[in-house]
Amino acid sequence: MSAVGRRTTRGSGPGAASPAARRAALVVIGLVFAVPIAAMVAFSLRSADGTGHDLGHWLALADPENGRAYRNLVEGVTNSLVLAVVTAVLVLVMLVPAMVLVHLRYPRLSRVLEFVCLVPITVPAIVLVVGLAPVYSVVARLLGSGAWTLALAYGVTVLPYAYRAVQSDLAATDLRTLTEASRTLGSSWLSTLALVVVPSLRRGLLAAAFITVAVVLGEYTISSLLNRVTLQTSLVQISRSDPFAAVIVALLALAFAFVLLVVMGRVGSIGTARPAAPSSTSRKALS
Amino acid sequence: MGRGDRLIVTTLAETVPQASVTPDGVVPTRARRRPAAWWGLTPFVLYVLAFLLLPCLLALGTGLVDGDGRPTLSNLTALGDPVVLRTFASSFLVSGVTAVGGAVVGAVVCWGLTALRPDGLVRSLVDGAASVLAQFGGVMLAFAFTATIGIQGVVTQLLLTRAGVDIFAGGAWIYEVPGLLLPYLYFQVPLMVITFMPAVTGLKPQWQEAVATLGGTSRQHLLRVVVPVLAPAFAGSLLLLFANAFSSYATAAALISQGSQIVPLQIRAALVSETVLGRENVAGVLALGMVLVMVVLMVGYSLLQRRTDRWTR
Amino acid sequence: MIDKRHLAAAAALGALALGLTGCSASADASDAAGASGTDAATATSAADLGGMDALVAAAEAEGELNVIALPDTWANYGKIIDAFEAEYDITVNSDSPDVSSAEEITAAQNLAGQDGAPDVFDLGSAVALANTDQFAPYKVTTWDDIADDHKDADGTWVYDYTGLMSVGYDADAVPEPTSLDDLLGDDYKGKIAINGDPTQAGAAAAAVQWAALQDGGSADDVQPGIDFFGQLADAGNFLPTDPTPATIASGETPVVFDWSYNNLAAAADAGGRDWKTAVLPGTALASYYNQAINVDAPHPAAARLWQEFIMGDTAQNLYLAAGAYPVRLAAMVEAGTVDQDALDAVGEQPEDTVQLTSEQTEAASALLAQSWAAAIG
Repeated sequence: MSAVGRRTTRGSGPGAASPAARRAALVVIGLVFAVPIAAMVAFSLRSADGTGHDLGHWLALADPENGRAYRNLVEGVTNSLVLAVVTAVLVLVMLVPAMVLVHLRYPRLSRVLEFVCLVPITVPAIVLVVGLAPVYSVVARLLGSGAWTLALAYGVTVLPYAYRAVQSDLAATDLRTLTEASRTLGSSWLSTLALVVVPSLRRGLLAAAFITVAVVLGEYTISSLLNRVTLQTSLVQISRSDPFAAVIVALLALAFAFVLLVVMGRVGSIGTARPAAPSSTSRKALS
Repeated sequence: MGRGDRLIVTTLAETVPQASVTPDGVVPTRARRRPAAWWGLTPFVLYVLAFLLLPCLLALGTGLVDGDGRPTLSNLTALGDPVVLRTFASSFLVSGVTAVGGAVVGAVVCWGLTALRPDGLVRSLVDGAASVLAQFGGVMLAFAFTATIGIQGVVTQLLLTRAGVDIFAGGAWIYEVPGLLLPYLYFQVPLMVITFMPAVTGLKPQWQEAVATLGGTSRQHLLRVVVPVLAPAFAGSLLLLFANAFSSYATAAALISQGSQIVPLQIRAALVSETVLGRENVAGVLALGMVLVMVVLMVGYSLLQRRTDRWTR
Repeated sequence: MIDKRHLAAAAALGALALGLTGCSASADASDAAGASGTDAATATSAADLGGMDALVAAAEAEGELNVIALPDTWANYGKIIDAFEAEYDITVNSDSPDVSSAEEITAAQNLAGQDGAPDVFDLGSAVALANTDQFAPYKVTTWDDIADDHKDADGTWVYDYTGLMSVGYDADAVPEPTSLDDLLGDDYKGKIAINGDPTQAGAAAAAVQWAALQDGGSADDVQPGIDFFGQLADAGNFLPTDPTPATIASGETPVVFDWSYNNLAAAADAGGRDWKTAVLPGTALASYYNQAINVDAPHPAAARLWQEFIMGDTAQNLYLAAGAYPVRLAAMVEAGTVDQDALDAVGEQPEDTVQLTSEQTEAASALLAQSWAAAIG
């Protein structure tokens, strides 16, 4: 019975392989995955005549002389940032009250809600966009032609991710007790929502917001087929005339999203009990 | 403290004789009537109706009407067109190969990740990288691979100059279906890590101890406990990876500027070519075909997910 | 405290609402500007608006022009746009320079009613003939200079310029092709590209038509052209990617089927490569592009002014300087307004140049739609 108690919880897992073998596998795969990123960096550092390496292409991005060539890129970046914020707000404002209501008042609808939020995965963006074009001709008449109207379509594509992020937090929080306590103490539904629900679900909401921003910044299908200018469509356009600028901006965007999602992960993990997967007993009602 | 106290004092004074507790929760006397709760759902419902249900119906419906708007099944013959069939076959091939490859490599990564501290920095970095590549990549992955193994790519040139190997000697395959395999794998593996990891972390060390207590070996633990528990999760993730590759558009659109070798590109061509070819509603038919495939995949995934959930609770 | 938070929330919501209405308001404002140009939207000639000066005034009041699919290096469009901006107080927004003719129409349909929609089109004949309801009829002041078979009787579309189909190649990377069959050889493995998808882009469709003419087909039957490209694909010589100045300069597309004016422009931009243009002996193919105004143009007066400018001497001579033959060439030679040096540099159009008629274009287009994807596989 020497096997009992030999392993600690950390480092144990399927199979008898030592942590060293597992770490080695990780390192090898990690290196393979780093190759394209390193290639992007090396590509962007190629000098103009192709022989050496220098920062020429990076500096050209900041050069005001190239302003006209990069006008589309600047417009794309601006539009995407605006869209990211508007979509995050839209999704949170639309989804969270519905999720909270279903959780508290209509638990039988939770399956329906889950199904609705899974539909955007089953109906991929490329299919959705076939039907979005006529919808958007109406939207254009009602809401004008600003780039932010795309947020309405993006909100739908982001639903599955936002739903999952908020749902995992919702499941781990005993919202019923908290809201009942709040209502007993006399606050209205609105202030309960603002002062009790939102702070309790802070982590899920933040996670949903961050993942929305990442997905919106990376969205190409809908904006391309609806002829709107966003970060990704302007990247593709500029890659045809200046592939170096495209690679540089792509690197920057990837780095930005990476930082965003790592921060989201770290913020999300502060305060929860281990392991990361939520269990029903992990949160006390009034912590 | 002060504000809370004041609140309790005043509200208790007001509500004590009248508040009632029901199984559904407290019903305050200055009660919001039941119908008011529905108001909270209406914005969401309207939004989903307008921007999810309606476009879906339109997209799928255009495949079932002819140019004048009358319902017809004749468009469905386009699905039997040899070019369309070949496109679906290519899509299945790319999705299948990258799903299997991504699942296997992803499973290895998950296995490797169990050696790390769950709350450590490295784990956070890996999770962040996986999220970025799986959900954000698209167009930028296409650039990454053009920079790596494109005709002017870093690795291509290295192989050419240092090793004398011309990987494009047989033709420029990077702009065709084989060229999609590597970029797709690049986002399939992270997706596998994201979807499979919860199942792997759900394996309780107590089971290993129980097997040992009962006199079993590590091998038996692997074969009799780990594999059956992880199998539904693995299969479910495999289906999800297949669905993900099948429906993926951005990477292919950025890499392949001409031709429609896979179904999403075929839809792109159909949407643009309606202006010239007069073959209306082909995009709708292709969309219908795609959705049918996706529905089958997602139903399978949900069923397997239910099995998986049993063990990750 | 509660009040302050409610206040903050209300303020944030209010700011958001204001911002959104601001966006809509700016859209409404530009719609209003468009509404005042309804006269321009239905004008079929400058006389309808009260003369050229009135047209210029109305266009400058609109202040902007949206063009699409006009790369700077395509038939000197960069210089033409600069000349237009210099002459009139109008900003030209050049969107999506690399899209095909079919994608121009798709963009107009997707953006209908919005101020980002394209105002004018420059289309290959197949796409133009299939979408005449998207165009607003307009006859420029120089209408009579243009031959009857080079324009639509109602003014829905009008030819603007043409070139000769040619093979551009990097002389350092591949040997000079002297005939179509040379291109099937091993020297060209993975190197030959055409400028777009023939079912969507005029230049690519013309490449197939030219191959047909060179390979035993005729203007009525482009199947031999499709077969030729099928053979190229089977031999592994065909590169299914769009050539751009960037790919030419980087060496990714060493051989390109494209208009003579594009290949000549690429030589200037080729980053040190020895880019040559070869118009293969045998039948030459010319195909005029079509200028048209979007019926839903957000800037209708500016669109019409652009049309006038394109058909005017400045722009037509700039086309000639790029190596393209402008539609008013004969009239300008007669009037003595042609840029003689440019004409001498380009040379006369060959005698046996073939230009497909409308019927032949539609037949070729149908054949391509049917067979291209299968041939290229």
